[in-house]
Amino acid sequence: MSSHYEASIRKPLIEGDKSYHDITVDIARPIETPPNKDWWIAFSIALIAFLWGVGCIIYTIGTGIGSWGLNKTVGWAWDITNFVWWVGIAHAGTLISAVLLLFRQKWRMGINRSAEAMTIFAVIQAGLFPIIHMGRPWLAYWMFPLPNQFGSLWVNFNSPLLWDIFAISTYLTVSLVFWWTGLLPDFAMIRDRAVKPFQKKIYSLVSFGWTGRAKDWQRFEEVSLVLAGLATPLVLSVHSIVSMDFATSVIPGWHTTIFPPYFVAGAIFSGFAMVQTLLIIMRKVSRLESYITLQHIELMNIIIMITGSIVGCAYITELFIAWYSGVEYEQYAFLNRATGPYWWAYFFMMTCNVVSPQIMWFKKLRTSIIVSFIISIVVNIGMWFERFVIIVTSLHRDFLPSSWTMFSPTFIDIGIFIGSIGFFLLLFLLYARSFPVIAQAEVKSILKSSGENYKKSRDSHE
Amino acid sequence: MSKNNLHVLFDDDDILLDAIKKIKEKKYHINEVYTPFPIHGLDKVLGLKPTRISILAFIYGCIGFTVAVLMMNYIMIDDWPQNIGGKPSFSFIENMPAFVPIMFEMTVFFAAHLMVLTFYMRSKLWPFKKAENPNPLTTDNMFLIDMESGDNLNKMKVFLKKTGAVSIEVIERDDNEK
Repeated sequence: MSSHYEASIRKPLIEGDKSYHDITVDIARPIETPPNKDWWIAFSIALIAFLWGVGCIIYTIGTGIGSWGLNKTVGWAWDITNFVWWVGIAHAGTLISAVLLLFRQKWRMGINRSAEAMTIFAVIQAGLFPIIHMGRPWLAYWMFPLPNQFGSLWVNFNSPLLWDIFAISTYLTVSLVFWWTGLLPDFAMIRDRAVKPFQKKIYSLVSFGWTGRAKDWQRFEEVSLVLAGLATPLVLSVHSIVSMDFATSVIPGWHTTIFPPYFVAGAIFSGFAMVQTLLIIMRKVSRLESYITLQHIELMNIIIMITGSIVGCAYITELFIAWYSGVEYEQYAFLNRATGPYWWAYFFMMTCNVVSPQIMWFKKLRTSIIVSFIISIVVNIGMWFERFVIIVTSLHRDFLPSSWTMFSPTFIDIGIFIGSIGFFLLLFLLYARSFPVIAQAEVKSILKSSGENYKKSRDSHE
Repeated sequence: MSKNNLHVLFDDDDILLDAIKKIKEKKYHINEVYTPFPIHGLDKVLGLKPTRISILAFIYGCIGFTVAVLMMNYIMIDDWPQNIGGKPSFSFIENMPAFVPIMFEMTVFFAAHLMVLTFYMRSKLWPFKKAENPNPLTTDNMFLIDMESGDNLNKMKVFLKKTGAVSIEVIERDDNEK
């Protein structure tokens, strides 16, 4: 047993008296039992929100972008805010599964599957907004480098918007194969347990005939490690490139070299908050408290606190540099941001993102589930306001005071945003009932080192 | 020579590792081992060669990088040079800094996808592939060794029981099919 040794001061990552078979049963339960009433209520609400969003998208495409609240001065508002918000949320999945794998953090195993699912679903929402904003979404394939018979010219490889296309498509597809490769052994487990023929067929199809040969596992582990090594710089590049959509422009308030690291920290911050929101509900509903323990919640809270503080540092640095630069346009942009007509958005951003995570310094609060849940929602609201502040307050008072204006969203703007939340929750709810929501094969491999029962029996023998 | 295969089941990964060591000492031939999760050191005990898939990933990455360079050079420099924002970057080296993000993305794209495809092909994983694990419990909590039986089946059974096997199944091998 000595090979499974883990220091006894480390808290167990699998609580209760679990055997390998218990893990199988616990992970398969949500798939093998019919959903309860609460699930159907949540599903119906998400479906209604989604359908409302679809309606608003159809209206936008039929009528034109004029149906949004955009005007001549503020040409980017909720659409790009939502885009950046969703891309940011998408960052936690890869961070958890790739970066924490490279750092050999075992606690990732309880949450990586759902975080990756959330990543993929969030990238889908993010991709929606620029495509709708094109106005003619059926020409979206013009974004790819196609021969110039399709348009007048090739795409422009100097543009950060094109970098974005490449970054986000790479991110989406690589996250998808990373997720799916990890899912194969778990789908195989469901397949081999299935009794209904239809279920057996579906899970045979999606498990790609996984059998668990020794050689397959050897390759599987190598592939996971290399994918993690590739996904780590990838995840950092994606939000860096998103930030360059703004940073490479000459708009005061956007033209900032601090943007890439600041956006990446913000992305991890909001992503962890979203993982926290979803998993606190899921662990309760699917009875997975033994695998997503208080320890997991606490560690995620610590990451939220650290990244929130980095974001806070970035806010203050921006203000300082604006003053220190001596550029009056830059100075005005930040003065207007904090004290202008959108002061309330700035205030929301500062309170939610910088002040609220600081309560995680107290162990009592960061180990409280209800506090964690509330903070995770507050952080997501704050991060939405951050993007709104950056985008709208930098645009609404441009170089020509006669064109100064305000932005107010129409019901279409709001509808599409709510629709995207509905779509996201819809996908996540379906996922929670049909996918193994915890990487059970990986969890089994740490049961002997980090399982509560094994740790206890080891400690009593010493 | 032996005509039969043995399917030996174990319920614990540590016992399995010890058993494989003992079986190897006795020079019995192991065809395959099926496990529900990755076991550290299993490949060493079985004497599997290290996988070369990460070397391939590096090569695929190099291909992706090259494709990105050639593509952007053709589109932006050769085929249709443009004066964008008063910056006529008509030589590759002048325009190169703007190409770095896409060079990186394409490197990752090629390395990741081609490596995963290679893994799926080499390990025979694809949709509609029939699973070949002899016992469905090997994706749950059981560990199975598929091995060739020795000349004395009873003696072998006793030996395997001693190593901690939970059950031993004799599979008649149909030599006509082979």
